[in-house]
Amino acid sequence: MKQSYNLSLSSEATKNLSLLDSVKGKIRRYLQQRSVLQHLLRIVLYVILLTMAFIYLAPLLVMVMNSLKDVEEIRNGSLLSLPQDPSLAAWSKAWGSACTGSTCEGIAPFFINSFKIVLPAVAISTILGALNGYVLSMWRFKGSDLFFGLLLFGCFIPFQVVLIPMAMTLGWLGLASSAGGLILVHVIYGMAFTTLFFRNYYVGLPRELISAAKIDGAGFFLIFWRIILPLSPPIIVVTVIWQFTQIWNDFLFGVVFSGADNLPVTVALNNLVNTSFGGKEYNVDMAAALLAALPTIVVYVFAGKYFVRGLSAGAVKGA
Amino acid sequence: MANQRRFTDMLADSMPKLVLAPSFLIVMVCIYGYILWTVALSFTKSRMLPQWKFVGFDQYTKLVNNDRWAVSSENLVVFGGLFIIICLVIGIGMAILLDQKIRQEGLLRTIYLYPMAISFIVTGTAWKWLLNPSMGIEKIVREWGFEDFTFDWLVNSEMVVFCLVIAAVWQSSGFVMALFLAGLRGVDSEMIKAAQLDGASMPTIYRRIILPSLKPVFFSAFVILSHIAIKSFDLVTALTGGGPGYSSDLPANFMYAHAFTRSQMGLGAASGVMMLGGVLAILIPYLYSELRGKKQ
Repeated sequence: MKQSYNLSLSSEATKNLSLLDSVKGKIRRYLQQRSVLQHLLRIVLYVILLTMAFIYLAPLLVMVMNSLKDVEEIRNGSLLSLPQDPSLAAWSKAWGSACTGSTCEGIAPFFINSFKIVLPAVAISTILGALNGYVLSMWRFKGSDLFFGLLLFGCFIPFQVVLIPMAMTLGWLGLASSAGGLILVHVIYGMAFTTLFFRNYYVGLPRELISAAKIDGAGFFLIFWRIILPLSPPIIVVTVIWQFTQIWNDFLFGVVFSGADNLPVTVALNNLVNTSFGGKEYNVDMAAALLAALPTIVVYVFAGKYFVRGLSAGAVKGA
Repeated sequence: MANQRRFTDMLADSMPKLVLAPSFLIVMVCIYGYILWTVALSFTKSRMLPQWKFVGFDQYTKLVNNDRWAVSSENLVVFGGLFIIICLVIGIGMAILLDQKIRQEGLLRTIYLYPMAISFIVTGTAWKWLLNPSMGIEKIVREWGFEDFTFDWLVNSEMVVFCLVIAAVWQSSGFVMALFLAGLRGVDSEMIKAAQLDGASMPTIYRRIILPSLKPVFFSAFVILSHIAIKSFDLVTALTGGGPGYSSDLPANFMYAHAFTRSQMGLGAASGVMMLGGVLAILIPYLYSELRGKKQ
């Protein structure tokens, strides 16, 4: 096709064509140079991204490596060196026999305390958030938007401005220094976020789903149970992960409201690190810190996708 | 019979309100009521226990003249300002870099974000070793042969606040990256293609089209980061313990120390109210612009 076309060209046209060819060559060379440049840029890009990844990973790696050494090796060697003779001794001591303040039972009991607080608090605040979100999206009434606004504000107050009255209230209720009191506090101040998540999710569902059921005479709870709840698993996962990380990682409420026998693991870890009996056992500290971080890291690695979704839902829409 | 039906109908009608009622009560009491309560306490001379003897603005005068409060609020300005700016710069930068069709993007994203899943107590504990001159980075660099290298910010009362910035940025910048990455993915790709056809270069497209359209994300990130900064209590406790002396205290630590360990309830309440004031100063203009934007 192309050849037969060429044959019919006049000489002037051939000259033009060769000019065109040389321009094409120039363009090709330019493009080649550009692609070399682009290759270089890509390499720089990957170098930057990998360096950043290393920076984010480094503290974790340092902790893991040093938790496997013995104290002598840490003191004489470098933080960055690989353990000569890796052992889990520090981990078992951190778990079962390290001193946290006045007791020396490791962080295991506090780890269990944390679960005892986190599980009910997450369950209750999630259920409450789902019901609130359902009302605020599907059963709006005069004043319900105002209430949502008032509730949203609760996501942003610095808790320092409610700590003292809360401590006094818990005292009157006989819940001071108890696990029940701490659960109550987490439910109350987590509710703003859980309601926000569910409300924003339900607002996106088609209203027709509900209005048809309402005409058929289905009531409030029947609609919730049969129509809304089966559509809710994605947002339930997001909320549960969010609440789990928030409450597991809490330190402020733990240090203010819990008593000696229900300290959460974050408070125990802080006590352990700041307990100085004789020599400092850095390896045990590091193992304890890793143990305290383990549940949320595990959740994050296995369900990180939902965690990210929860963060951006709470952040982008909520604020 | 008819009466009974009317009753059940009424119950059904008010079911949404009944379900919301406990939460309404909780919000009104445990958020707004407690705030008023704290404000009231801040005008009394309460020490270990509340005493309803009103002393006007005495506690606030005491607060303003308190050196520890001055240090902690100054620290908050330095820490908060640097923390927010650096997180935003790193977050936006990394989001743009990660948005270039990178191989293994999911893995990299997970690595950047995982610190966000960890508690500030663990972060503080980890960085306490890394920043400790006789254990961490200073020692490592000296072992590499740079004998004069010093990095003793953690024990230097002038510099210690920057240690808080380092650890907090490490923990939160990946989260800002995730927010902006989500924002970048939401930008209208048709608009970018059109600009490319018009011959606009990539930096121009980012500067003129993409970044301006991320304004809402920018604002959300700003509000969340300032919220984290004002709330920072656990990081200080774990990383520096407020020291050396009280040179790295933040207002949250001041409040905790006075209200719960030093029996100065009135002063603690006053500092809590000041913190709320700080949050409102950021939040109200934000909400105002948000609401105005929605109306338009």
